[in-house]
Amino acid sequence: MSVASVPCETLANALGANDIAAALREQGHTVTRTGSLGLAWLEPLVEIDGIAYGPVTDANNLEPVRLGAVDQLPALAGQQRLVFDRCGRQDPFDYDPAPLHTQLQRPPEDILEEVERSGLRGRGGAGFPAHIKWRTVRATPGKRKYVVVNADEGDSGTFADRLVMEGDPFRLIEGMLIAGHATGAGKGIVYLRSEYPLAAERFAKALGVARAAGLLERFDIELFIGAGAYICGEETSLLESLEGKRGEVRAKPPVPAVSGLFGCPTLVHNVITLGAVPAMLQMGGSAYAGIGVGASTGTMTFQLAGNVRRGGLFELPFGLPLRELIEDWGGGTLSGRPIGAVQVGGPLGAYLRGAQLDTPLTYEALAAIGAGVGHGGVVVFDDTVDLMRQAHYAFAFCAHESCGKCTPCRIGAVRGKELVETLMASAQPENELAVILDLCDVMEQASLCQMGGMTPIPVRSALSLPRSGS
Amino acid sequence: MTQGQTPRDIAQGWSGRIGGPISALREMVERFGCIRQPHMEAVAEVFNLSRAEVRGIVSFYEDLRIEPAARKRIRICQAEACQAVGARALTAATAQRLGIALGETASDGSVSLHAVYCLGLCASGPSATVDDRPVVRATVEALTS
Repeated sequence: MSVASVPCETLANALGANDIAAALREQGHTVTRTGSLGLAWLEPLVEIDGIAYGPVTDANNLEPVRLGAVDQLPALAGQQRLVFDRCGRQDPFDYDPAPLHTQLQRPPEDILEEVERSGLRGRGGAGFPAHIKWRTVRATPGKRKYVVVNADEGDSGTFADRLVMEGDPFRLIEGMLIAGHATGAGKGIVYLRSEYPLAAERFAKALGVARAAGLLERFDIELFIGAGAYICGEETSLLESLEGKRGEVRAKPPVPAVSGLFGCPTLVHNVITLGAVPAMLQMGGSAYAGIGVGASTGTMTFQLAGNVRRGGLFELPFGLPLRELIEDWGGGTLSGRPIGAVQVGGPLGAYLRGAQLDTPLTYEALAAIGAGVGHGGVVVFDDTVDLMRQAHYAFAFCAHESCGKCTPCRIGAVRGKELVETLMASAQPENELAVILDLCDVMEQASLCQMGGMTPIPVRSALSLPRSGS
Repeated sequence: MTQGQTPRDIAQGWSGRIGGPISALREMVERFGCIRQPHMEAVAEVFNLSRAEVRGIVSFYEDLRIEPAARKRIRICQAEACQAVGARALTAATAQRLGIALGETASDGSVSLHAVYCLGLCASGPSATVDDRPVVRATVEALTS
């Protein structure tokens, strides 16, 4: 009988994947619930004997949505999937630990060298070189050491962590076990946001499989579910939350690699950073470093969202121009109107327009125009976007999510919101703009963390105000 | 609800765990619909915290609600990716249809409308949940019928 794969993933399920799986079983297919391939506009995307169909609305009438061989789907074949190589292509719980065991038998120093050679940088937002963190945790004395995974994926326009945890949870478990081995940590904790219940269910199931297979004997992994706070994506706030407290950020230094969870050396990484490690080790650090551009090595899991025709996740080497991602991969705006603005890197990312859309997607090129890669989210707006309103939202979001610990963020966000409201009704906008600019400087320079410190980025870019120091 | 599970039993079930007080309070919401004074007292006692500290935790996290949920609970994403495909208009129209503002519960407790900031369904917005069931490419009809 034929073999069918149907994603068990939040988006596909919201569009009827559970019913489709049941109908295909009824027809006599052997159905595997896989992860998503990330091609959101084709969900639910079903694979039967290697042929893709999507979006499937009726399991009894697949021919009209036949897409051809999965391997040859243009939107997949052009990608370089390292983190996502297995996701959507196999039963996530039918796991072969052999490649993992090979890596775990290597001396920790070997692995640290590979991580350094690879040039791998954090995929959560800050882009900090991974090997420095790993070496710091290894070198810092501590009775206990931890690997903490930041899966508090709160940036609008991002869903890569969710897709991994729902579709290939073992990818994250592998990354954690390797990191634990290399840094000398004995325990791993995943901080997952509560908005992702299916990811929690799938990841917990994988942990059960891993435990039964004896994979967690020397390094145990615990899953913690957050309670609804964007700020807990900030690493020190996340650690406070794991200690059972209000998620108020800590002053740095000390950095978590020196004094993190319960004061112990703690490696904090995003899901995708750790998810990149197994494939990187497989190919070798030098080969990984050969992908991408300059110091932006490897692949990035770009997530295309908002007003875009073909949204979803595209894992590509760093370096392609933003416009190419939106036009060629995304097919332009969903509304068919011209692009108005594109916010890159989440709610604390810049709104880019015009010639800025030709910027190559690398850490360096984006930094040069006052923007950032962030967690790889790209949110497209068409030309009906009201950027004044987006600037207002940036302040309002900061006011809503501020942990309240430092004044520039707690008070600044509220005052900023009010100032934009005054600006909207003002006859002499230059007065308000001057005060907003001043406020942006204060928030940028004096906030305790990036919540207040980076809110000026979307504000300045949306209002076409000069960047700090310029 | 499991027979005989008191708030204290629930709190004790999380004792010694990472983030224990938060997980205990989350379970109180799941079991009892919202967090009340006796629940906070049980958590304070089991985790050796002051009642003020527990109140501080509860007030910090969006999910740790102290008001009972409406019979039908609608959340609409207000974040950028959904704004780009009409979340503001959808929110306004849904609020008008329900006769309540964002953040409010109908006086008869039948329905409530809340903001949520990202459900990770950003390529198929506007997204929303109805009683925790995700709805993508949401319309007023899909949310209110």
